[in-house]
Amino acid sequence: MSVLIVDGREIEFEPPATIIEACNKAGVYLPHLCWRPDFSPHGSCRVCTVRANGREVAACITAAEDGMRVENTADDIVEKRKTLLSMLFVEGNHVCPACEKSGNCQLQAVAYYHGVTAPTLTYFYPPRPLDASHPDVVIDLNRCILCELCVRASRQSDGKNVFSIGGRGIDAHLVVNSETGRLGDSELDIDDRAAHICPVGAILPRRGAFQTPIGRRKYDIDPIDVAGDASEGET
Amino acid sequence: MTEELDALETAANPDTLKRVVIEPVTRVEGHGKVTLLLDDEDRVRQARLHIVEFRGFEKFVQGRPYWELPVMVQRLCGICPVSHHLAASKAIDRINGVTDLPPTADKIRRLLHFGQVLQSHALHFFHLSSPDLVFGYDDAVSHRNIFGILDDHPDIARRGIMLRQFGQQVIEAIAGKRIHGNVAVPGGVNKALTAAERAALGEPMKEVLEHAKEALELARRLFLADVDHSSRFARVDTAMLSLVRNDGALELYDGGLRARSIDGGAIFDHVPVEAYGEHIREQVKPWSYMKFPYITDLGRDAGAYRVGPLARVNNCDFIDTPLAEAARVEFRAFAEPAPVQSTLAFHWARMIELLHCAEAIERLLADDDLSGGELRSDGEMTHEGVGVIEAPRGTLFHHFLVDDQGLVRRANLIVSTTSNNRAMNDSIRRVALDELDGRTLTEGLLNRIEVAIRAYDPCLSCATHALGKMPLALELVDHDGDTIATLRRDVDGGVRRSV
Ligand code: SF4
Repeated sequence: MSVLIVDGREIEFEPPATIIEACNKAGVYLPHLCWRPDFSPHGSCRVCTVRANGREVAACITAAEDGMRVENTADDIVEKRKTLLSMLFVEGNHVCPACEKSGNCQLQAVAYYHGVTAPTLTYFYPPRPLDASHPDVVIDLNRCILCELCVRASRQSDGKNVFSIGGRGIDAHLVVNSETGRLGDSELDIDDRAAHICPVGAILPRRGAFQTPIGRRKYDIDPIDVAGDASEGET
Repeated sequence: MTEELDALETAANPDTLKRVVIEPVTRVEGHGKVTLLLDDEDRVRQARLHIVEFRGFEKFVQGRPYWELPVMVQRLCGICPVSHHLAASKAIDRINGVTDLPPTADKIRRLLHFGQVLQSHALHFFHLSSPDLVFGYDDAVSHRNIFGILDDHPDIARRGIMLRQFGQQVIEAIAGKRIHGNVAVPGGVNKALTAAERAALGEPMKEVLEHAKEALELARRLFLADVDHSSRFARVDTAMLSLVRNDGALELYDGGLRARSIDGGAIFDHVPVEAYGEHIREQVKPWSYMKFPYITDLGRDAGAYRVGPLARVNNCDFIDTPLAEAARVEFRAFAEPAPVQSTLAFHWARMIELLHCAEAIERLLADDDLSGGELRSDGEMTHEGVGVIEAPRGTLFHHFLVDDQGLVRRANLIVSTTSNNRAMNDSIRRVALDELDGRTLTEGLLNRIEVAIRAYDPCLSCATHALGKMPLALELVDHDGDTIATLRRDVDGGVRRSV
């Protein structure tokens, strides 16, 4: 057993483990969006940024070391996360009041957790398409945060390769691997994990919208540090 | 409408007059503006009400999945979002191929709507209108507001606050939030009420009914206190449009369309809402951002109609709750067989409806269907849906066309305030002709115009709900196009005059 010191508290972990894995096992909440315990880490959203032994790192791709000092709740770290979250909101078109994922959305829940309740940056208003060509699933890229969970779920869980990320930097976008580029022409099936894993309201199964009353949605009941990751497919 | 009023829509020499520029911020924030043009003898040559409109929604719902509509379009309004939520939901029921909802879903939606109409009517009558009606139009501005009512008539103010709160509690229990909640989903609802929730809502019922009765009595008394003035002030004679139930009863949630002419005869009756487009058209005027709907059969000039409490109480054959029905009979006796046309009678009719809502809520809360388990129906998807509801301010039309993938292709919304646009303009022209005293702009004049507009309870006052301090700008422009004087009332209630 090795020991990690998170905000002054010692937690034990079994190497090899990343910082976020060690924290997760010990029940210490470390905000994140693109990480899930059963997929290979991706390190793209950077919301799990911590200071480890004085260096700012993404906790999902940094190995925990014995005796490592991790700052998870330091004011400056939290401020950086808030900026990252604000950037995610303005880089896409996230209209929470009209979004069926509201109340079950991980981006919204992490933002609430860190007290990001209103936009602080200028909106980009990027033109992003909506693909409703699939009979059972709709993709609204306005809300995609490029976490690649769908990419990984399709490859690692479903044994398919329905999604990839194309473009670079601000032009990066989700690509559907089909001849036409449309979801309806892809191999995606409603029972695929990739159809349900999106932590925001970008990939949504049809016929499920707004079925959960306000007050009973996941993050209505408990905040994300208690409730955990967004449920797969719940709207 | 009369030629005398029509003549005031556009002055004969508009080219020589300066055009009033309405800033976009003013428009989106729900400000109203009245412009008057005078000739050399200070006679009114033109009077126009410019008002908020929400047409943007019709554009930006295009391309969105239809099931988002009830949640998205309710953001049109902060005071009556439930009406938009339900009208859109009724439209998407049809798109989902559903015509009959399970009883639980139907009754939950109706209860929600009664709560909504009750709270909106209470807000309007007590918070926005009662200061004018109780204190008089010329009372000091600093006193003629809800705080003045609180000071001088705390019983009246408390009644209003309690009634509004009760309506909001009904909404919150059903939709999860007082404002912008959600409960209606395609073909039904996402929750029922438990027996305990119904019992809790029913607890203050006795008090609610008492307050509603007293509110009605107050509105009636204020109207009858000076019948001549009440009948004459801002009066315009129009057709009346509303939904009615199959048997002719007052209906707020469903039913067919009925229009009565100025003399009370039927223009059309029990028209299925899907056919609204055959009977109602919208006219565009270059000077207004808001369209002017009219009854097709009567034509553009004669086809203006009114909607809202005045139209509904005039149009229905009866109300199916006893206290409101007794009040309706007395109200209608005033002008029968013709509709009551007095603009100030809106208030009286509104309080009849408020009492009806209270009675209907009491009756519904006792209905076990509210706690049933079947929440939704399914059907075959179609490509078009029309949902029509009687919002607090009048008949509200939502019409959507969707493509094969379920994305909205076209949307048409006719909101209640739009239907009253022509009548409101004529009402302010009536006030301008009857009450404008030469070039002297007084705060009292400004307020009379405001009183006329407010009787309709238009969306501009609901959007700002500024406690009787509706932002309003009154400009006096001479025939050379020069602004002679401006009176401006801001949201803080301050009145600024510049000459
Ligand atoms: S669609 Fe959803 S799961 Fe896929 S990358 Fe975008 S946000 Fe992540």
